[in-house]
Amino acid sequence: MDLNKRYTPQTWPDHPETATLEGKNKFVGFWLLLAAETVTFASLFATYLALKDKGPSGMEFSASGLFELPLVFAMTMILLTSSLTSVYAMYHMKNHNFKAMQAWLGITVLLGLAFLGLEIYEFNHYVHLGFGYTNSAFSSAFYTLVGTHGAHVVFGLSWFIALMLRNAKRGLNMYNAPKFYLAALYWHFIDVVWVFIFTVVYLMGVIG
Amino acid sequence: MAHDTHDIHRSRTEFEFIKRKRATEMRGQLTSFAMMIFLTLIAFTLVAADFSNYLIVPIILLLAAVQVVLQLYNFMHMSNKGHGMMAFFMFSGIFVAFTIVLAMVTIVWW
Repeated sequence: MDLNKRYTPQTWPDHPETATLEGKNKFVGFWLLLAAETVTFASLFATYLALKDKGPSGMEFSASGLFELPLVFAMTMILLTSSLTSVYAMYHMKNHNFKAMQAWLGITVLLGLAFLGLEIYEFNHYVHLGFGYTNSAFSSAFYTLVGTHGAHVVFGLSWFIALMLRNAKRGLNMYNAPKFYLAALYWHFIDVVWVFIFTVVYLMGVIG
Repeated sequence: MAHDTHDIHRSRTEFEFIKRKRATEMRGQLTSFAMMIFLTLIAFTLVAADFSNYLIVPIILLLAAVQVVLQLYNFMHMSNKGHGMMAFFMFSGIFVAFTIVLAMVTIVWW
């Protein structure tokens, strides 16, 4: 069968992401990756918790004095909303509405960029205060954890943009439907990790 | 080969039915989203209201766990059919994750 076979909403399978063998394989492999990523982030969270507020004697920075909730609240809302917009994108993917899917993915990418901008602003602000990566065990653990999440956001955004551009003229078919679906899963996973970052790092940091 | 699928021929009624089913599912997703926003607001409010740490910490961790369940089961469709293996992967990952965090916060000190 031709990869570029044309479909209509009437002939489009119920679960295009797992309708082909290749799609099924990607699907299983991707969830295995997400489970492994859970462990990766757990080790970074554990390191952060063990090293929180620890550093050389006389260190002037602590979580309760450094973090500010309004910015984190905005970042949380933006990322959570972008998770919903990618759900909308996959809703239209399943209805074989390519244009609507691209539009919602575009909104997701814009929200992701807004999140990234705020995170860069935040890190820049801390570095200007003197809280650099090498300042203390606390600062290293903080930047490694939150920075790894930020790197995932960058990767997720690049993935969305690459898929949108590469398939702009192709439309939806059995070849690219699983790709879009997995990119959306990845984006949800990024939000899952952020839920724990805002709870464990920021909320639990502010209360000391 | 790897992209082979069976051709689907739906009647008009079947097509309308599945479209409506998807629209109902999407409304369910909006409900999950509203709940996630609500849980986030509770967590931030608790911290801003300055209750005792012994009260806040367990509650916001629980709120985070509920939110993650909503993400995994609704947004990531783990509640759908054919996700048994995926649940096994994730729960194995979560088990190892808990062990690592437990080990690091209880064994490591400075």
